[in-house]
Amino acid sequence: MEKIAYRPESLTKTPFTYCPGCLHGVAHRLVAEAIEEQGLTNKMTGVAPVGCSVFAYKFFNFDMAQAAHGRAPAVATGIKRARPDMHVFTYQGDGDLAAIGTAEIVHAANRGEQMSVFFVNNAIYGMTGGQMAPTTLPEMKTTTSPYGRKTDDIGFPIRVSELLATLVAPYYIERVSLLTPADILKAKKAVSKAIQYNKEGRGFTFVELISTCPTNWGIDPIKSRDWAKENMLPFFKVGCLRDKGVE
Amino acid sequence: MAKILMKGNEAVAEAAIRSGCRLYFAYPITPQSELIEYMARMMPKVNGCFLQAESEVSAINMVYGAAGCGKRVMTSSSSPGISLKMEGISYIAGAELPAVIVNVQRGGPGLGDIQPAQGDYFQAVKGGGHGDYQLIVMAPASVQEFADMASEAFDLADKYRNPVMILADGMLGQMMEPVEFKEPLSDAEIEAKGKQHDSWCICPNEDGEGKHHHEINSLEIDPLVLEKHVNDLYKKYDVITQNEIRYEEFNVSDDNEILCVAWGTASRIVKSAINELKKDGKSVGLIRPINVWPYPYEAVAKAIGPKVKKVYVFELNKGQMLDDVKIAVNGKVPVDFWGKVGGIVFTPAEIQAKLEACF
Repeated sequence: MEKIAYRPESLTKTPFTYCPGCLHGVAHRLVAEAIEEQGLTNKMTGVAPVGCSVFAYKFFNFDMAQAAHGRAPAVATGIKRARPDMHVFTYQGDGDLAAIGTAEIVHAANRGEQMSVFFVNNAIYGMTGGQMAPTTLPEMKTTTSPYGRKTDDIGFPIRVSELLATLVAPYYIERVSLLTPADILKAKKAVSKAIQYNKEGRGFTFVELISTCPTNWGIDPIKSRDWAKENMLPFFKVGCLRDKGVE
Repeated sequence: MAKILMKGNEAVAEAAIRSGCRLYFAYPITPQSELIEYMARMMPKVNGCFLQAESEVSAINMVYGAAGCGKRVMTSSSSPGISLKMEGISYIAGAELPAVIVNVQRGGPGLGDIQPAQGDYFQAVKGGGHGDYQLIVMAPASVQEFADMASEAFDLADKYRNPVMILADGMLGQMMEPVEFKEPLSDAEIEAKGKQHDSWCICPNEDGEGKHHHEINSLEIDPLVLEKHVNDLYKKYDVITQNEIRYEEFNVSDDNEILCVAWGTASRIVKSAINELKKDGKSVGLIRPINVWPYPYEAVAKAIGPKVKKVYVFELNKGQMLDDVKIAVNGKVPVDFWGKVGGIVFTPAEIQAKLEACF
């Protein structure tokens, strides 16, 4: 019998630690599959962030580093400069990448650093218990915006992909969604393209994946996806912002 | 090899390159600018990586990544910049990575000034970053020693998988002295230095039995596992303490009526004063810790001769190493302290006067 679905070799057998209904597992799988398909499993290294995916270093089946909050692009820079024969990616959430790690991501992108960044945006801090993120939507309630995010007080959500697309160096920037099976197939294509460009040494590649947080949003997994479609996608529009490979 | 007249900042950079450092990440700050500029000029000539980071924080995290690959990597800064690096230094110590950090100290606190000072002793020796960890801390007193310490620091970092700090100051960084360099390591020797870490570091993988999953990590979420990890770190620190105490004795004898303890730039000035007093038949000894961690407690205690009335500590701060000297002396004789701050360096005549008043 032909095996058409299996756990990628590029993932360890360690069970994921994510909440039921969380989409990190899907995102991990897409990244792992893309690495395997490009034949990079033995030459790849990844950098885990601080946040829900802090344990990503246990899940990917190759050498991994765990970075301080927001510092993953700097750590990945050090790895790539020390081991130019290897390939590197970071896997980061929106609290990690878009708040405390703003300087690191902007400057890694601006240098055109040879790395892929997978940025999972669910508009909230998950690991620490549902606090406001830089990507939290206007009027959205979190444990640190209990009356809703007030834009006249704390500003609007940051659109990181658009921000990075103002820079000259980045090679590929795309925002995708993980909210429906069809979206996931499209996301797979973007993740694969980033890894392929990484393999080819094209430069800095960045994929933002719009995701959910059923636990901290307090909405069940299916309804979370509907909520994200109605509320996140109008502000964080999916699409390719930069692809020097086809320009 | 002939001696070359060089600034300390440049000499330590040249010595680091000769010791196989091919990765350097830093952010500009006075008074260590000549160091980063030297690296910018010289690294491309040895096919090394020079990268000016966007911040001190990024620079130390780049060091974390490169050290995680087992390669000889260095960063440098001055006091306010070292404070910013402390987060990363704690992670590097926690993850047990070999790295060298140079601090060309200036006056503090805050932005302070850009003149020489020794105000970062506590930060370097007693912690600085969060958690229980220890740096190996080397304190040069001349441009030659500053340069020599580069290769020693890399060897110690590799041997113990621990960050090593060279704690210099603006005086040593800026002044020129003749310096003699060791022959540079060959590419093959540098390769071998890196290879010794292949059992744990980020390196290319292979299928089958050779496949590895190395984790560069300081997170242990299980308290019992973290407890064991920290206890293991401290077992390593015990070994370092047994092996790596280094100090210099200057004019120490049973005739000493005063025993001085001073480190780095301050120790040079104390030596000048001791030589002057010698001419008047006044006997003063000096213990100069060369490594300030691990600290030579026993050496200080043993140097207290039968006639010593007082142990006198001189530092370019408000009395930081003083605490370690008090631990070493343990109440045996009185311990006195005099220091200058604000980036002002005391003169031999001032030290001489302080010592003469004790006779």
